[in-house]
Amino acid sequence: MFLHVERLTKRFGGLLAVNDVTFSVEQGKINAIIGPNGAGKSTFFNLISGLHRPTSGTITFKGRDITRLPANERAKLGIARTFQTTHLFEQATVMDNVIIGHRLRTSSNLFDAILRTKRHRREEQACKEKAMEVLDFVGLTHVADRMVANLSQEQKKRAAFALALATDPELVLLDEPAAGINPDETEGLEELIVNMVQRGLTVCLIEHKMSMIMKIADRIMVLNYGEKIAEGTPEEVKNNEAVIQAYLGGSAIA
Amino acid sequence: MAILEKRRLWLAALIAAAILFPLFVANGYYVHMMTISFIWMIAVYGLNLFAGYTGYLSLAHAGFFAIGAYTLGILTVKAGWPFWLAFAAACLLTTLIGVFVGLVALRTKEHFFAIYTLCVGYIIYLIIDKWDSLTGGVRGFIGIPAPADIGPLSFQTPVAQYYLVLFFLLVVVWIMHRLVYSLTGRTYIAIRNSEELALTLGISTMKNKLASFVLSVFFTSLAGALYASFIRFLGPDIAYVSVMFDFLTYLLVGGIGTLAGPVVGTLLVTFLSQQLQFLQDYRMLIFGPVLTLLIIFYPHGIAGGIIRLKAKRSEARRLQLEATQASAELAAASRQERSERYAKEG
Repeated sequence: MFLHVERLTKRFGGLLAVNDVTFSVEQGKINAIIGPNGAGKSTFFNLISGLHRPTSGTITFKGRDITRLPANERAKLGIARTFQTTHLFEQATVMDNVIIGHRLRTSSNLFDAILRTKRHRREEQACKEKAMEVLDFVGLTHVADRMVANLSQEQKKRAAFALALATDPELVLLDEPAAGINPDETEGLEELIVNMVQRGLTVCLIEHKMSMIMKIADRIMVLNYGEKIAEGTPEEVKNNEAVIQAYLGGSAIA
Repeated sequence: MAILEKRRLWLAALIAAAILFPLFVANGYYVHMMTISFIWMIAVYGLNLFAGYTGYLSLAHAGFFAIGAYTLGILTVKAGWPFWLAFAAACLLTTLIGVFVGLVALRTKEHFFAIYTLCVGYIIYLIIDKWDSLTGGVRGFIGIPAPADIGPLSFQTPVAQYYLVLFFLLVVVWIMHRLVYSLTGRTYIAIRNSEELALTLGISTMKNKLASFVLSVFFTSLAGALYASFIRFLGPDIAYVSVMFDFLTYLLVGGIGTLAGPVVGTLLVTFLSQQLQFLQDYRMLIFGPVLTLLIIFYPHGIAGGIIRLKAKRSEARRLQLEATQASAELAAASRQERSERYAKEG
């Protein structure tokens, strides 16, 4: 099993943000997580990427128990993520932002930096090449030298993708990639996500734009009040009574 | 590339000016002032590495400055150690204390980190002030020797000491420059930018923060040891909060998180406050509002402001260039269309 989450629970004081969720991410597929606002989707991502420790439950990645592993170690194992707000450094160029993405695959330290050792030069070059490669993949080569502050929202999202891809991941968690961008641009991002999967990556994404999810997702899990209320193909989820109720309140006929 | 060359030229001119300074300025007072400014600059570079490039505001640095200074004083005067051995030991001991403080302090973030380190700084001040038998308490600590000779080099005259301090300053600037433009420096900047993002990019934030903090403490202790051997008198005041805020003022005026900031800010503020000496304590009436205005309108200081202005200009130029290119293409296209139409009609 690729990524498997078993009976995962996260409690913040009296609030059960994620409640007893069991879920598997299928390798080489687009796995989507949907749910109304406050359903615990982002908390779920934080648990998988290691920013939060679960109250109970286990997370296994490629057969290894990573429940207690810190976030940076998980990144080294091949789990990358993006954030709803891109977290990019606005006052630096796109290139400068993305270079650091490959840092985890390098080992030069403070002394290498000060003495400019061979290792440092080699690794710096490797980071730059990686950055060029991923910027090319997400289609941002033409703006590589521009300040992030001067990019469009969609370009910023693409830059955040590039940063995640620069870590050489196997699993990419995308937190609302299409939030705040227009329908045309959303289509472009859909294409990019499909391309990522064709390249052999596994994608797990949170998204509110249903048209996008229904189009590209292979599997969908629905969270509501921290609990998994449905799981299946887009077709199955669309017709699920519990899902319709969660979204529309009461038993509406879709 | 041209920009890089220009910067090199500027740097060379600045260094040359610093080297020639004591030869042209006969006034011993100015040489003294300049030496002291250089010492502050080294301390401010230390602060800048951690506060400016790693994003954690440490308010304990005056304390580390004082530990460096007092250790040198105690080891040379009371223990009778040779000067340079005591000098190295002062830096090492302070750095070691920095490791332990860092290990605890870095468990906190943002304001809590600032408050925690403020307390650490104050505790250091209290220890120096109250530990009479070791530090001389409020009476101060006197009789610290000037730097010992190294072979043919003697550091007994103020001008020789000026060059010694300048040498250390240049080494610190050189290390900072190498660091900032390296993978390690980029790692620190990534942590400053967003610790969460850095973590998910596989960066061990704790390890990197600690390394940055310890190196920053090292620079500051170096400044402290130089201060002790240059002024040769120490009072507990050098560990006090007001020294900390002096450092911070230099850094903010010059530009936090810039390489030129510590030099620009320290020179400007120390010389301005010298010129305003006649106002005595009332000069704070001028400094306060000026500093407030500066932080409102130039939150990145003078150096940071200039860098941003340049970036904006080059962006505007680029946009203009793109616009003229686009309009030229458009004009060419319409011209062609027109001539084709005329050819058909005519």
